[in-house]
Amino acid sequence: MQQIINFIIRNKNFLLFLLLFSISILFTIQSHSYHKSKFINSANFLAGGIYNSANDISAYFNLKSQNKLLSEENKRLKSLLYNSKSPIEINLSDSLNVPYYFSNAQIIKNNYSATDNILLINKGANDSIKQDFGVITTHGIIGIVDETSGNYATVVSILNTTSSISARLKKENHYGTLTWDTKNPAIVQLTDVPKIANVLVGDTIVTSGRSFIFPKDINIGLIVNYKLDDAENYYEINVKLFNDMTNLEHVYIIENINKPEITNLLNE
Amino acid sequence: MNNLLSVNSVRFIVLILIQVLLFSNINFLGYINPYPYILFIAFFPVKSNRAMIILSSFLLGLITDMFLDSGGIHAAACVFVAYIRPVILKFSFGTMYEHHNIRFGAVDFGSKFTYIIVLVVLHHSILFSLEIFSLSKIILVLQKTLFSSIFTILISTVITIIFSRNPK
Repeated sequence: MQQIINFIIRNKNFLLFLLLFSISILFTIQSHSYHKSKFINSANFLAGGIYNSANDISAYFNLKSQNKLLSEENKRLKSLLYNSKSPIEINLSDSLNVPYYFSNAQIIKNNYSATDNILLINKGANDSIKQDFGVITTHGIIGIVDETSGNYATVVSILNTTSSISARLKKENHYGTLTWDTKNPAIVQLTDVPKIANVLVGDTIVTSGRSFIFPKDINIGLIVNYKLDDAENYYEINVKLFNDMTNLEHVYIIENINKPEITNLLNE
Repeated sequence: MNNLLSVNSVRFIVLILIQVLLFSNINFLGYINPYPYILFIAFFPVKSNRAMIILSSFLLGLITDMFLDSGGIHAAACVFVAYIRPVILKFSFGTMYEHHNIRFGAVDFGSKFTYIIVLVVLHHSILFSLEIFSLSKIILVLQKTLFSSIFTILISTVITIIFSRNPK
């Protein structure tokens, strides 16, 4: 017993190092797998608060470009509204009768240089944001909500090696999985598209709606180039995103009202 | 002692803040960021308790991880560098370290530069191998380590020169 205590006292620095190092490695391994409860994330009072006040200042510098983006979107929506043949009925008072509920938020921490990029938005559990809500901008998809705190939530960006989102070719119903090879923040990869699909450079990729996170037909990007994979059964397609992931500010969070019912049904 | 504590606490907070708000958003050429927050570990008082430096480096890394949403990679790299620091000190300062009379304000620039280089390269190689976490992407790890190290060494040296007291 005496010897054990002596050993611990003699090597206390090494043991402390070993303990703290293994804790860090544990956190690291956890962060490399999707949707494991992460203890260390920026959706908390301290990090969120600091990022929020920093964003309050830096947001002024791109007010002009963000305003332009928003007015472009208004223009597009207005032309959709007044040019559609069958008038769209808008009933603003009844928000429970629609399958998708939208809320807006701002990105207060953007990140695109790491291999597992995570963003921070200024809405959280107090605004009814929960895990697995989709996040999009005017141009296309951004990612999926991961951890939430009272006023903040982290978003797993599509520029993340653990992210995989179901997508399809716009002109035909061939599905694939959207992943990222970490090389370029403007290019993502669409894999598992069957060989029989008619893939052409310049085709549009949209969300498939199969995961019940994103609605169907949200734009993602254009095909830049493609090749068959090693087994020659599936295409590997490089997709250029419509979104500029390096310049994000206003985003929309999508809640699928029917998702709990659907997942319940599927699990039965 | 009290003065030492307050100086290091201020350093701790200021370095984390400028790291997460400024240096992590540089993204030079798309992905190159410097990590000069490890200057806290580099200039931690030599004479202090070794458990103390390991523990405070762990906290430094963990808080940085929390801000950058990077799991535990900064904590792991910081703890490792803090544990191995006596070896690096001995390597770069030689006999001066053995006599326990290093004062970072008074050592000559050459050995201080070597010290920073060794510390930064060790820290960054662990950081990026844990970040990428895949043997098949070893080239990417080396590439990121190399470029980020150069950037960090540059920024750290500038910071040390600016904030060093003139030994007159």
